[in-house]
Amino acid sequence: MATLELDLAEEAVSAPVRKGRRFGMLFWAAIGWIVLVCALAIFAGVLPIPDPTAMDMLERRAPYSWEHWLGTDGLGRDEVSRLIYGARISLVVGLCAPMIGLTVGGALGMLAGYFRGRFETLTVGGTDVLLAFPPLILVLAIIAFLGQSIFNLTCILGVLGIPAFMRVARATTLTLSRREFVIAAQALGASHSRILLRELLPNVILPLFAFFLLGVAVTIVVEGSLSFLGLGVPPPISSWGSMIGEGRESLEVAPRLAFLPAVAMFLTVLAFNLVGDTLRAITDPRQGAL
Amino acid sequence: MMQQSAPSAEPLLKVDDLVVEYFVGGKTVHAVSGVSLDIARGETLGLVGESGCGKSTLGRAVLQLRPAVSGKVLFDGNDLTAMRGDPLRKMRQRVQLIFQDPIASLNPRRRIGDIVAEPLVIAGIKDPDKRRKMVCDVLSAVGLDPALVIGRLPHEFSGGQCQRICIARALVLNPDFIICDEPVSALDVSIRAQILNLLEEMKARYGLTLLFIAHDLAVVKAVSDRVAVMYLGRLCEVGPSEQLFAKPAHPYTALLLEAIPVPDPDVRPAESVAVGEPPSPIAPPSGCRFRTRCPRADARCAAEMPELRMVAPRQYAACHYPLT
Amino acid sequence: MTDRVLLSIENVAVDLPTPRGNLRAVDGVDLKLNAGRTLGIVGESGCGKTMLSRAVLQLLPKKAMLSGRVMFDGKDLVTLDRERLRKLRGRSLAVVFQDPMTSLNPVLTIGTQLIETLQEHLELDMAAAKRRSVELLAAVGIPAPEQRLTQYPHQLSGGMRQRVAIAIALSCEPELLIADEPTTALDVTIQAQILDLLAREQRRRHMAMIIITHDLGVVAGRTDEVAVMYAGRVVERAPTQALFKKMRMPYTEALLAAIPKIDTAPHTVLPAISGRPPDPTRPLKGCSFAPRCRYALAGCHVEKPALTAAETPAHQFACFYPIGTEARVPA
Repeated sequence: MATLELDLAEEAVSAPVRKGRRFGMLFWAAIGWIVLVCALAIFAGVLPIPDPTAMDMLERRAPYSWEHWLGTDGLGRDEVSRLIYGARISLVVGLCAPMIGLTVGGALGMLAGYFRGRFETLTVGGTDVLLAFPPLILVLAIIAFLGQSIFNLTCILGVLGIPAFMRVARATTLTLSRREFVIAAQALGASHSRILLRELLPNVILPLFAFFLLGVAVTIVVEGSLSFLGLGVPPPISSWGSMIGEGRESLEVAPRLAFLPAVAMFLTVLAFNLVGDTLRAITDPRQGAL
Repeated sequence: MMQQSAPSAEPLLKVDDLVVEYFVGGKTVHAVSGVSLDIARGETLGLVGESGCGKSTLGRAVLQLRPAVSGKVLFDGNDLTAMRGDPLRKMRQRVQLIFQDPIASLNPRRRIGDIVAEPLVIAGIKDPDKRRKMVCDVLSAVGLDPALVIGRLPHEFSGGQCQRICIARALVLNPDFIICDEPVSALDVSIRAQILNLLEEMKARYGLTLLFIAHDLAVVKAVSDRVAVMYLGRLCEVGPSEQLFAKPAHPYTALLLEAIPVPDPDVRPAESVAVGEPPSPIAPPSGCRFRTRCPRADARCAAEMPELRMVAPRQYAACHYPLT
Repeated sequence: MTDRVLLSIENVAVDLPTPRGNLRAVDGVDLKLNAGRTLGIVGESGCGKTMLSRAVLQLLPKKAMLSGRVMFDGKDLVTLDRERLRKLRGRSLAVVFQDPMTSLNPVLTIGTQLIETLQEHLELDMAAAKRRSVELLAAVGIPAPEQRLTQYPHQLSGGMRQRVAIAIALSCEPELLIADEPTTALDVTIQAQILDLLAREQRRRHMAMIIITHDLGVVAGRTDEVAVMYAGRVVERAPTQALFKKMRMPYTEALLAAIPKIDTAPHTVLPAISGRPPDPTRPLKGCSFAPRCRYALAGCHVEKPALTAAETPAHQFACFYPIGTEARVPA
């Protein structure tokens, strides 16, 4: 071959340089916070902290002490352990509900975007109907009908998230399926499932995952709002939202009771948003090319 | 020069009165309206025309990537339009496609090694060592060093290199027929020549038959045995490339030839040779579709659609008033 | 035609910081353009021709660093304050881009875009601006110009959109028009029409024009002077006739030879330029073209040849062993 045009060896040396510079300090701080909260939530059972539901009527709204690091709430329950157990609920609901949206919505969206036609019309129409219900009323009605439980709450929030994921997946798939590499795969004789899984999925999953992280943040807030309204997890289980709700009653005497879970929620939501945004920004593999 | 163009017993690809239409915003686009073509084994047929003339659609319709409204596509005696599912997929492996935008036709998230091995996986070659060997062989054949290439992602390569990778992917299954859809128009002039030379070299090495689609006549002539000129979904003229360019019979071929910029300052370009722009394929003109831009058009051209007929040995033109 | 120097690019260099290091897009370019003349800038993608035009227009990316002077009509555009620069652009300096789809605003009608430009720069009233717009559209060969005013860019074909873009560029009678790959996105037949249109308007309005392209065929019959760029530098610069007839730089020769010609027989092996341009973040010590040059000798890899004039002052090239001279060592 007289027409070799390769001098890649030299370029290979320089390629890894850009990796470290892409993420800032903030990104790593956010990751650190998420890891910390997750670890605390997972190991809550084995941590040397008091039972979050054990009441001590003599120590109601106790201030910071060696025994209760962040004091106690209106019923004398340890604030630290309630925050940690609350993180469990917030994270379980916050992660599981978008997961439902990601899998169901993502799959529907990819199929709709790839096959088009009647299936797309049906899917888009169906999600439009779902979006048209006032969500709060829907949640109220379903909880009234099925009963208040973490499982029910997760499922409802998950189903409500499907349309958004569907739209992201469908939009991404639509633009991708017009790209020539998909036509190339069809021309090679690849089956539909192979094109969907090998050609499209790797390209759709990253924007979807970035959206998933934003979804986690939104769900944590929504769960908090529902718990604040008394529609979330049933007492005496604590979640950050219900803690804020309970703390509201003693805002004047002990503002920290509402403030601490609010800060926890704020930081967690912020962390998820930050990670999601950063990931979305680097989703395109070609952005780092030049 | 016309070595392989002697008509063999049976053409490898025979397109018979193919019609392709599709809908955009409730309107019918008449992309390909009754095109018939033969491509002999080992031949390169160039297909030229302006954008929107349906040449890419024709290329895709051959592979059944666009459903045909009517007509037949006979590949090696088998009618592709009648095939579905597995038999069609098997047949597609013998016909490969190379696209205009080499970077867009590679999946940005897959490594080059996987991309080039993909046809082998689809064809059911299970042994990874065998696949690896075939991938390395074909990458070397197109002038890339396999060791440096297979672990990388497409965005790390230039357009010319990506086109080499695309050619490698098309060749890895040892196909009989390759449809090149504007393979060099997205590339720089200096890289263009490399890729054209590579295609010629690969054609000889793998014994290929090519359908070469492009809008640049000089590029088409460089590689083609015969050339077909397409305008608004119909063929205007077909003939051996030297003959066609030396003595165009259809006014549209003549117009295309005049429009080529000549890299010679002494040749002052003729002022505005080309009249107007092609009409929309949604509402093509009656009769001869070129008549709205044709200097020789009269009432007959509007009323009567010209059929392809012989104007010189092996040269056919669809015109009531051919130039020769 | 006068001998007044309209544009003078003096030792312009553009650096772009990238994650892989500093990218020198334009490397010490000197060019002069007289009023009413046309200059073609030819080169492969990545040779810095577009960055150079951006430097003239002062439309470089934010992080780019520019050195040197860009004198336009006696004013240094690099140091000119923003307000006067803005007035100058559009008024005396106009540009036509490669892709008319992205250079026209998709949500505004053709009329709005034309009339706004006219009102802003020429301070015409509505009726006068509208009249002028119709004249301009007719001048660039758009049929039924009155009706086109109410249409949106997506309702026009690529060629028509490029005509509209040219009409907008011409609207304020600029002294210099920069056409950056004006026909690359268009078909051959439309390409010829657009180039003819540009040439006609250039002659009629006595404006200076720079055509930037990768195709030597585009500049051949339509420019007074051509500059060939490679790896950020001008490697040969000559009156168009001299460049095509007596080229000195091996790169120019190779570039011209690589174009498939309509009169070559089918299946002729094209004289391709092997390899590809050097990585602009890693400048070579010697001549940038040396690795791909079939005449290169050891000395070419060590020292960079300067752009010097030979037999005529107008013909400059950067090569130690120029073609067709005694210095040429038979390859």
